[in-house]
Amino acid sequence: MTGNTLLSVEDVIVDLPTPRGNLRAVDRVDLTVGTGRTLGIVGESGCGKTMLSRAVLQLLPKKAKLSGRVMFDGQDLLQLPPEKLRKLRGRSLAVVFQDPMTSLNPVLTIGTQLIETLQEHLELDDATAKKRSVELLAAVGIPAPEQRLAQYPHQLSGGMRQRVAIAIALSCEPKLLIADEPTTALDVTIQAQILDLLAREQRRRHMAMIIITHDLGVVAGRTDEVAVMYAGRVVERAPTPALFKRMRMPYTEALLAALPKLDAAPHTPLPAISGRPPDPTRPLQGCSFSPRCRYAVARCQSEKPPLEAAETSAHQFACFHPIETHADANA
Amino acid sequence: MATLELEVVEEAVTQPARKGRRFGMLFWAAIGWMTFVFAVAIFATVLPLPSPTDMDMLERRAPFSAEHWLGTDGLGRDELSRLIYGARISLVVGLCAPVIGLTIGGALGMLAGYFRGRFESMVVGSMDVLLAFPPLVLALAVTAYLGQSIFNLTCILGVLGIPAFMRVARAATLTLARREFVIAAQALGATHTRILLRELLPNVILPLFAFFLLGVAITIVVEGSLSFLGLGVPPPISSWGSMIGEGRESLDVAPRLAFLPAAAMFLTVLSFNLVGDTLRALTDPRQGAL
Amino acid sequence: MAFFVARRLFYLLPVLIAVSLLTFSIASLLPGDLAYTILGDQATPENVAALRADMGLDQPIWWRYLGWLGNVLQGDFGRSFRTGQTVLQAVAERLPVSIELMLLAQLGALGIGVPLAIICAARSGGPFDRFMTGSAFGMLSVPTFLSAILLIYLFAVELRWLPATGYIPFAEDPLANLRFLVLPALTLALAEWPTIMRVLRSDMIATLQEDYIALAKAKGLTPARILFVHALKPSSLTLVTITGINIGRLIGGAVIVETIFALPGIGRLLIGAILTRDLIILQGVVLLVGAGFVIMNFLVDMLYAVLDPRIRHGHA
Ligand SMILES: Nc1ncnc2c1ncn2[C@@H]1O[C@H](COP(=O)(O)OP(=O)(O)OP(=O)(O)O)[C@@H](O)[C@H]1O
Ligand code: SF4
Ligand SMILES: [Mg+2]
Repeated sequence: MTGNTLLSVEDVIVDLPTPRGNLRAVDRVDLTVGTGRTLGIVGESGCGKTMLSRAVLQLLPKKAKLSGRVMFDGQDLLQLPPEKLRKLRGRSLAVVFQDPMTSLNPVLTIGTQLIETLQEHLELDDATAKKRSVELLAAVGIPAPEQRLAQYPHQLSGGMRQRVAIAIALSCEPKLLIADEPTTALDVTIQAQILDLLAREQRRRHMAMIIITHDLGVVAGRTDEVAVMYAGRVVERAPTPALFKRMRMPYTEALLAALPKLDAAPHTPLPAISGRPPDPTRPLQGCSFSPRCRYAVARCQSEKPPLEAAETSAHQFACFHPIETHADANA
Repeated sequence: MATLELEVVEEAVTQPARKGRRFGMLFWAAIGWMTFVFAVAIFATVLPLPSPTDMDMLERRAPFSAEHWLGTDGLGRDELSRLIYGARISLVVGLCAPVIGLTIGGALGMLAGYFRGRFESMVVGSMDVLLAFPPLVLALAVTAYLGQSIFNLTCILGVLGIPAFMRVARAATLTLARREFVIAAQALGATHTRILLRELLPNVILPLFAFFLLGVAITIVVEGSLSFLGLGVPPPISSWGSMIGEGRESLDVAPRLAFLPAAAMFLTVLSFNLVGDTLRALTDPRQGAL
Repeated sequence: MAFFVARRLFYLLPVLIAVSLLTFSIASLLPGDLAYTILGDQATPENVAALRADMGLDQPIWWRYLGWLGNVLQGDFGRSFRTGQTVLQAVAERLPVSIELMLLAQLGALGIGVPLAIICAARSGGPFDRFMTGSAFGMLSVPTFLSAILLIYLFAVELRWLPATGYIPFAEDPLANLRFLVLPALTLALAEWPTIMRVLRSDMIATLQEDYIALAKAKGLTPARILFVHALKPSSLTLVTITGINIGRLIGGAVIVETIFALPGIGRLLIGAILTRDLIILQGVVLLVGAGFVIMNFLVDMLYAVLDPRIRHGHA
C-alpha cells in the first residue's frame, strides 16, 4: 500500500455471545486504506462484512466484544473518548447502510435528517444549511430537491432513498466513506447508477472509500484494492488488477464462477458455490473453506493457512494449495 | 436489518430451553402466597376463628392480643377473621367473573379468528361498544340499577372482561389458524368443530389461562374499588375493599385497620400479576413458544 | 388525511348510537320502575299511573328511546327530580374540576413515566432499568384507592403538609386550588405512570435497535438528540394507541379519587346520583361520559396520524 495511510485495522476480532455459544464474526483482520483510495471487501452473506464495518465505526451491538486496533487519521478509535468519537463520525468518517428502507428515520423529513448532520458538525445557520442540503440532493441526482426537503422517506423510492443516504454521508465532506452493500437492496437497473454516483463523488471529493459487497463484479472496475472475506477472515487481498489477473484462493475463484456471465450462452445453469459456510459458533480447526473446496488436501483439515504473500508482496492469500493457472479468471 | 432478524430467530430457538429454566424465587413466593390465601379462605369455617360479624362494643379497635391476633375493628369485630372471610369474597368474585369473560370472550374470539369475515366484524364491532364506556363507570351504573349483590357484581365484572378475552383468543387463533397442523387437518377433511376443539383449543387455552390470571388481579381491584366506595358487596359481609373503606375513617388512630387489608389485597393482586405475567411471557404465540 | 378523518368519522356515528342505546336500555329495561323510585313508599297506584303517563313510561320502548334521543340531540338531558337541576347544568358545574384533575394527573404520569422510560431504555438491562421495571410492575398491583389512602396517611395525617379533603375553585384562589388537587392528581398519576413507562420503554428499546438509529449515531449526533428526536417520536405510537384505554382507566380512577378527596367533579356527581337513586342524572352522566370517551378516542386516533406520516399519507 502506497501513500499515507488513513485507516488501518490491526488484528481486529469481534466476538458475539449468542445462546449457542461464542460467535466469532470477525477473526484477526488486518486492513489498510490510504487517503483517497478505494478498498473493496467481498464475501458471501454472513461472512462478517457488516460486523467489520461496524467495528470500524464503533457501532457494534452492545454485547459484542471487540479487540485489536482501529487507527483512523492518526487516532486509535478504541481509545477515543465518546465525545471525540462523536465529533469524528459523520464529519470525517461517514457510512451508507445496506438497506435504504430502514436506514432513514420514517418520522423525520428528508430535510431534517440532512440539515441536522450539517448543523451538528459545521455550525451553519438555518438558511445556509438548507441551501447546502438542496445542493447536496441535486449533486446525488435527485430531481426537484427543494420539494424533497419537506418529504418523508416513505414518499421516495428505494433508489431515491439511497441517494438521500449518500447525500447525508457526503454532507460534511468525509475523509472516508464506508458503503456497506449500498446496492444490494435495490433494483438491478438502479445498482449501476448508484455505484457510478459513488465513484464520481469520490473522485470529486478526493475521499477514501470502502465498498462492501458480495459481488466481485461490483469491485472489478471501481476499486484500488480488494479483500476477500470468508468466515470472518480475510482470505485473499490484492490490488484489484492483480487479483483479477490471477486469483490464488479457491474461494475467490468460486465467487467469480458464481457470477452470472452476461456473455454466456442462454440456459447455461448458474454455478453457485456448493455447500454452505461453516457455523460461525463452531469454528473449524483447519481451513474454513475446506469442506467446500475442490482442491482441499489433508493438511487443509488440520491446520489453518495463514494469510501471507507469495512472490509479490502486494498479493496475499490464505491457502496451502493456491491456484497456479490463470484458470478462467478473465471472464 | 438482517442481523436483527437473526437475533429474534435465535431467541425463538432457545425458547423451549427457557421453559425448563427455573422460574425464580419471586414466582414461587407468589404461588406460595396464593396457595396460602386459597387455603385459609376455603377452610375459614373450620378454622378456630371468632365470628367475623360478632361485635364487641367494649373492645373497639383493640390492639393485637392472644384473643384477637390482629386486634379488632371499629365495631369490635375480630380483624383476622374479617380478613379471612374478606378473602373469600375477593376470591369468589375475582375467580368467577373472569371465568365468565374467559368462556364467552374466549369462544367468541376463537370463532371470530377462525371463521373471519362478517362474523368477525360483528363480534369486534359489538366489543367496541362495550369498550366505549370507562369500565368502572359502566360497572357502577349497572350495579346501581340491578342492586348490590355478590351475584350481580360477579356478572357485571364478568361481562366487562369479555372484550379483553375475546382479543386474546382471536389474536392467538389468527396466528395458529395459519400453522401447518391446522392446514393439514383441514386438508384431511376435518370438520370445523373438530379443528376448533381438537387442534385450536388446546393451544389457545394456554395464553387464555395466563390472561385469566391477570384478569383475576384486575377483578379483585375493581371489586375492591366498588366495595371501598360502598357500592360493592352489601354490608355486613366483609370484603377487603369495604374493610379498607371502613379503616379509612380511623387512619389517625388505628391506621392498621386500613393497612392490613390493603397489604393482603396488594400481595394477592401482585401474586396473580406475577404468575400471570410469567405464564404470558411463556405462552405468547408470537415468540413461537407453542 | 381527509380520507382518514372521514373514515374515522363514519365509524364514530354507529358507535355513538350504540352508546346511547346501551345507556337508555340500562336505565329502561332493568327491573325497578322509575315512577316508583320517584314517588317512594307512599305511591298509590293512581299516582304511579299518572306519573307514568306524564313521563311517557306507558309508551312502547322504541318510541320512548326515539323521544329521549330527540331531546338529547336538542341538548335536553332531563332534570333531576331531587334538586331540580338539569343534567347539563349539573355536569357543566362539575366538569372543570374533573378535567383539571385528569389533566394534572396525566401531566404527572407523563412527567414520571416518560423520563424513566427513556433512561431505562438507554441503559436497558442495567441495575437502574431492572429496579425501575420491577417497581413499575409492583405499582401496577396497587389499586388507586390504596395509594390514595397511603398518600393521605403520609401527607395529611402524619406530615400534615396537605389537606386530605376539600376543594376551592381555581378562580377563587389558584394556589389553594392546587394544594387541594396535589394529592388527588398524584394518586391518579401513581396509577398511570407504570403503564406509560412500560409501553414506552419496550418500544424505545426496539426503536434503538433500528438501522436509522445506528445511522443517527454514525452521523455523530448527540445522545440527547438521538434519544429525544430520533427515538422518542417513533416509539410513542403504541403509547398513543393505548391512551384510549388509559383515559378509560383515568375516568374510573377519577370517580374513586373524587369521592375519597371530596372533590366536586363528575365522579362525585355520579356516585351521588347512585346513592340517592337520582336516575335521570345517572343516565345523563353515563351517556355524556360514554360519548365523551368515544370522542376522545377518536381524537387520539387523529393524534396517531399526526405522529406517523405514513398513516397521514394513506400508506399502511
Ligand atoms: N446482532 C447480532 N447478534 C448475534 N450475531 C450476529 C448479529 N449480527 C450478525 N451476527 C452474526 O455475525 C456474523 C456476521 O454477520 P454480518 O452481518 O457481519 O455478515 P455480512 O457479511 O454483513 O452478511 P450480509 O451480506 O448478509 O450483510 C453472522 O454469522 C451473523 O449470524
Ligand atoms: S487451504 Fe485447502 S481447503 Fe483451504 S482453500 Fe486452500 S486448498 Fe482449499
Ligand atoms: Mg451486511
